[in-house]
Amino acid sequence: MIIPEKLKAEVKNLSFYYHQIQAIKNIHLPIAENRITALIGPSGCGKTTYLRCFNRMHDLYPNNRYEGEIILYPDRLNIISPKVDPIEVRMRISMVFQKPNPFPKTIYENVAYGLRVRGENRRSFLNEKVEIALRQAALWDEVKDRLFDHAFNLSGGQQQRLCIARALATDPEILLFDEPTSALDPTATSKIEELIMQLKKDVTIIIVTHNMQQAARVSDYTAFMYLGEIIEFDKTDKIFTRPSKKLTEDYITGRFG
Amino acid sequence: MKRSLLIIFKERAIEGTLLLCALSSIFITLSIVVILFYESFGFFKDIPLREFLTGTQWTPLFAQPKFGILPLVCGTLLVTGIAVLVALPIGLIVAVYLSEYASHRIREMAKPTLELLAAIPTVVYGYFALLFLTPILQQLIPDLSGFNALSPGIIIGIMIIPYVSSASEDSMRAVPMHIREGSYAMGATKFQTAFRVIIPSAFSGIAASFIIGISRAIGETMVVAIAAGMMPNLTLNPLKPVQTLTAYIVGVSLGDLPHGTLEYKTIFAAGITLFLMTLFLNILGFWFKRKIREVY
Amino acid sequence: MEPEQNSFQEIRERIIQNKLRDHLFWILGFFSTLIGFVVLFTLIIDLFIDGFPRLSWSFLVSYPSRFPEKAGILSAWVGTTLVMVVTAITAIPLGIAAGIYLEEYGKKNWLTHLIEINMNNLAGVPSIIYGLLALGLFVYFFKFGESILTGGLTLGLLILPMVVTSTRESIKSIPNSIREASYALGATKWQTIKDHILPYSMGGILTGVIIGLSRAIGETAPIITVGALTFIAFLPSPPLSPTFPFISFKWLFDPFTVMPIQMFNWVSRPQKEFHLNAAAAGIILLVMTLVMNGLAIYLRYRFRKRMKW
Repeated sequence: MIIPEKLKAEVKNLSFYYHQIQAIKNIHLPIAENRITALIGPSGCGKTTYLRCFNRMHDLYPNNRYEGEIILYPDRLNIISPKVDPIEVRMRISMVFQKPNPFPKTIYENVAYGLRVRGENRRSFLNEKVEIALRQAALWDEVKDRLFDHAFNLSGGQQQRLCIARALATDPEILLFDEPTSALDPTATSKIEELIMQLKKDVTIIIVTHNMQQAARVSDYTAFMYLGEIIEFDKTDKIFTRPSKKLTEDYITGRFG
Repeated sequence: MKRSLLIIFKERAIEGTLLLCALSSIFITLSIVVILFYESFGFFKDIPLREFLTGTQWTPLFAQPKFGILPLVCGTLLVTGIAVLVALPIGLIVAVYLSEYASHRIREMAKPTLELLAAIPTVVYGYFALLFLTPILQQLIPDLSGFNALSPGIIIGIMIIPYVSSASEDSMRAVPMHIREGSYAMGATKFQTAFRVIIPSAFSGIAASFIIGISRAIGETMVVAIAAGMMPNLTLNPLKPVQTLTAYIVGVSLGDLPHGTLEYKTIFAAGITLFLMTLFLNILGFWFKRKIREVY
Repeated sequence: MEPEQNSFQEIRERIIQNKLRDHLFWILGFFSTLIGFVVLFTLIIDLFIDGFPRLSWSFLVSYPSRFPEKAGILSAWVGTTLVMVVTAITAIPLGIAAGIYLEEYGKKNWLTHLIEINMNNLAGVPSIIYGLLALGLFVYFFKFGESILTGGLTLGLLILPMVVTSTRESIKSIPNSIREASYALGATKWQTIKDHILPYSMGGILTGVIIGLSRAIGETAPIITVGALTFIAFLPSPPLSPTFPFISFKWLFDPFTVMPIQMFNWVSRPQKEFHLNAAAAGIILLVMTLVMNGLAIYLRYRFRKRMKW
């Protein structure tokens, strides 16, 4: 397994259980800083489950159990340790979901929400942050005249970019994308992909996708998952041109999945 | 950015407060049981249970009091029976119609309007039964006395139609489309599909809705208090005046009711009888509702 | 082939028969549904014919009287209003809090299960039983007497299950993705509830509260049982006083009557003139409940339109 130049996080020996069922089996994976790491694999292979370990979403539901470590650099915090507050983890690692899920509030309040839960209520500061986040999410020009419109009035693609802005407003260290374009049309998809590539200069990105072309287009590193295990991890161009495992080759050439 | 203890404490305190509020339901149920038993305890000390359950006369306020609950139970069952004869068939037909036949627009209009039937104050229904329906029925049935079981029975029946129709319709609409399609594919009409496939599939839900309706009818008070007359009468003749358990409680409460007298205790004895009847039905209804969940 | 022709003919006849039955049922169903409308309509018309001539300003501002033409509903509507204030203050916070607990906190254990079963059972307990509960508990055990406080608390308990149910239904309709979005931004459970769950379910909760209160306004039996009087020719003490501390809660412990009891009192008298008073009071009661239910239906419709998840 290749080791990227600078690490933002490192997954060591991670296993995850729903009740007694093991969904993630002994995963090792380095996450490179300011790079995009893609997770690909057939549906049900555990890639979303794996992604949701990073911001402790599994803690919301009973009878879930983690084993192993996810070390977050630079402070070497094991973010899945029971001693670490999941809320602290979520404040450092943001997430964008499969379907756009804006709050039924105004555009402005959606973006400001993450700051508000941190106790931030200074108007000028919020204004500034909201604008920066919306610019980062390439949504500013489309919504700057209607920041106080209801978020549900936006199109699907705009809603998803709003969710990205919402996640960015709190300056997360890692941004998780869970199949962010699966509910969108091709035009909106390419906009989001472009955006993701631009974002990596500011933030480390992990993206789950079932769309192999998407992984090939946007990511620097790719991990291929199958039945809860990482089969192969490498630089993206290597995975898609010269995979070393037969299973990976079969999957990316469309023989199954 | 470690969360402070204060925040954790606040979250806990909020959860605890909310739990206390949720526990109020248990407190209420316990209070009902305790109060009913406690207040009627004195009654059952004086009056043997056997006399209470088998006596055929209920005259607690007479000089020679008799404490047989049967006339009140009989009155309750008679009125409920009439209500059920009105509400169950009509409620079921309405449910089938709204679930299987009616257009979206008719359904959207009919459902809230039907629900209004259950929202009208029962004292208004009482007025309607006594001063509108009874005179009309007296034209048709000359033997009908001014106070009778028939008129409030019919009115209560109409009142509980929405309880029956709305819950039945919900359970019919919950029957998956592919089950309907299976029947239509065999050349069945809507009518055949509704009665041979949908109703049997939704049986538990329909049964639960019937039971809720019956339980409502048993507990209904003001319509009978106004229009059925206040006469404990061991009869199944719907043309005669009767008194129900509920009407008895109201009738006694209207007068001066000193705490601790036998008179005071009788309303709790009647209350406990009523409570047990509806509790039995509620449990039965609950059992049917649980069966719904098992099906799909 | 002769026989096949025959059987096909039979099937056709069968189909015609089936369709006929189908159409007949359609008509039956339509008219059965209409029964509800007809009764509602007749009831309203009947009440208006009898009671409308009695409606006047003096009817609203007069106390009950031995003389039907002088009698009014002043003490009744004031009583109803004050009782509703107590009911709302009891049932709304308690019901919403219980609903939130059951939906958002309650784990799948025996305690939550017990609370749920209890709520379901309470919804099916006849209203007069609540009256007996209140008589034993509030009137004699807590010694609140036959007061506005007792009446309000009684009706509060009565509509509590309705508020809980509507809160739960409304919270249930909020998709989980909204909760996850909030948690993913680092919100705590209470922040998520306060900033999202409660505001987004307010429409549904409000609908349930209004329907519950409209039911409470019309409730008669439990209020009679706790000993509300039928003849009250005075008003409760005013909630504001000219001297310090300017607010008085003495009215909570005053005797009272409510609209439906006033109507019941008039309808149970033999004189026809009192029946007209009953009809007039009935019109006001009916208008109040219809307006509240109409408002609830409208709110439900509006919120459903706005919150398309």
